[in-house]
Amino acid sequence: MAEKKYIEEKIRKFINQTFLRGGETNPGLKDHTSFLEKGIVDSTGVLELVAFLEETFNITVEDEELVPENLDSVSNLVKFVSQKSDQAKMD
Amino acid sequence: MLVGDFLKNNAQLFPKKTAIIFGRRKLTYEEMDVSANRLANALISYGIKRDDRVGVFLDNSVEAVVAIFAILKANATFVVINPTTKFQKLGYILNNCRMSGLIADWDKFDVVSPIPETAPSLKFVIFSGKKKDSAEIDPNRFLDYEELLKSSVPKPPPLKCIDQDLATIIYTSGTTGVPKGVMMTHLNVISACTSITTYLENTSSDIILDVLPLSFDYGLYQVLMAFKVGGTIVLEKTFLYPFEIIKTIIREKVTGFPGVPTIFALLLQLDHLKDYDFTHLRYITNTAAALPVSHVKKLREVFPHTKIYLMYGLTECKRVSYLPPDEVDRRPDSVGRGMPNEEVYIENEQGERVKPGEMGELVVRGSNVMRGYWELPEETDKLLKPGKYPGEKVLYTGDLFRMDEEGYLYFVARKDDIIKTRGEKVSPKEIENVLYRLNEVLEAAVMGVPDPILGEAIKAVVVLQKGANITEEQVRRFCAQNLEDFMIPKLVEFQEFLPKTETGKIKKIGLISKGE
Repeated sequence: MAEKKYIEEKIRKFINQTFLRGGETNPGLKDHTSFLEKGIVDSTGVLELVAFLEETFNITVEDEELVPENLDSVSNLVKFVSQKSDQAKMD
Repeated sequence: MLVGDFLKNNAQLFPKKTAIIFGRRKLTYEEMDVSANRLANALISYGIKRDDRVGVFLDNSVEAVVAIFAILKANATFVVINPTTKFQKLGYILNNCRMSGLIADWDKFDVVSPIPETAPSLKFVIFSGKKKDSAEIDPNRFLDYEELLKSSVPKPPPLKCIDQDLATIIYTSGTTGVPKGVMMTHLNVISACTSITTYLENTSSDIILDVLPLSFDYGLYQVLMAFKVGGTIVLEKTFLYPFEIIKTIIREKVTGFPGVPTIFALLLQLDHLKDYDFTHLRYITNTAAALPVSHVKKLREVFPHTKIYLMYGLTECKRVSYLPPDEVDRRPDSVGRGMPNEEVYIENEQGERVKPGEMGELVVRGSNVMRGYWELPEETDKLLKPGKYPGEKVLYTGDLFRMDEEGYLYFVARKDDIIKTRGEKVSPKEIENVLYRLNEVLEAAVMGVPDPILGEAIKAVVVLQKGANITEEQVRRFCAQNLEDFMIPKLVEFQEFLPKTETGKIKKIGLISKGE
């Protein structure tokens, strides 16, 4: 559980610094806020996000994983990164 | 013929055919037509008349498409506004064209609700989406989309327009930093749609994927053209998760995929595209900025059965040229030739047509050329000049070109300093104007710098007031509060001073690579 918390903190910090530039429509980022629905991330932002995940958590994001189920909210990201990290440990 | 007929005709010819797919929602031509009729009747009952302007301030959605056709059915002119537009610019556009009504999303209530105070022409705002519960909402001014649809009749309202009336005003970046409204008549829009669907050989069996915003004319025309030929539009809110788009192309058996270089650059980063079956994908189109030759090559490897059309245009005439797919190898650096039913030629500064191979300004002649800029006669006269016959106007594009013996065009340079980023045109002046509103800023210069994904990335070079202190992040944050998302500078650089010309103008050329 501690690890999940660490992942979430890192992800939130990155999203806040990179995408939420204090814009008027995004006062708070909830766990399930959809980046797509709320226009938080743009298409090049997704690349930045993926590069950040790969570097920070030492994982490889495959083509097929570039889908909203994995990337479109803080909670989806935390779940995705946790699964990938667990997989990496087992490999 | 009017633009609204695209929907009406298909609702009569193929009522049960799928007109639009948006996520899990699929709507037939009949359903779209009935919704548009209902909304049109509601607009009329709230005072919308022929020639009034009505804004569409919505994300790509079924409601946005219904709104566009409803406005046309109400004999009014639609104005699609980029959904990331901030309060000040939204107010400017509303007042500039004296908009009578606006259709927005409940999500945008906080941005939109103060607007009527500053825009006296605005009679009402219709909100769609999940309704906001608030006692303070004025029921005479703020209306709910779903409730209006339910309470209005489905009978089509009487048509009063002719094809000389304005179908749409499209706001575009101007060199002065103030947006200009490009006036397009029904005839202009229909002519452009006819020319484009002719060379793309569109038919009612086409299924066109649209990931581009409807506020961008390239995104808007995908819907109009799909409806013109009775095809199906697969509308996405945006291009965000590359593999999701691939899945959509396969699932919906998409036949046409329009994009801009940024989108193709992102897609081509996927490693396993060759493993998928794209045989149904009949064509890909690229415009807004040149697609690098290496990307054209890669696209053909990934999509061997797909025709690739490279195109060029500007909002003022929608599209200028297309390169037929079988010419791509022979003339990889050409933007193609004029569209069907359109003439293009090149003039020198003396106003004479130049010989093949000589450089000059590109001129466009055709029914697709705009009626002018909304209430900007002087700006209009700079671009629209007398043509071959009395009363005729042709478009001087401001772009320098060469043409070969066979009529193929080669882009040389732009006459102004407009930046093209992610396929969108951005006026450096508009961003500089925002930067100058920061108290800490003494001088600012904005320019485009080459970027492999964006085409050009926006760079701001800033000189601070003596003793002032502000970070790069704070500058970007201020831009995000005041500009559409695609206009936020990717790079912010601080300098002690900016180089000037003898007349005191900032010299930008030297700043592009400085400090990198």
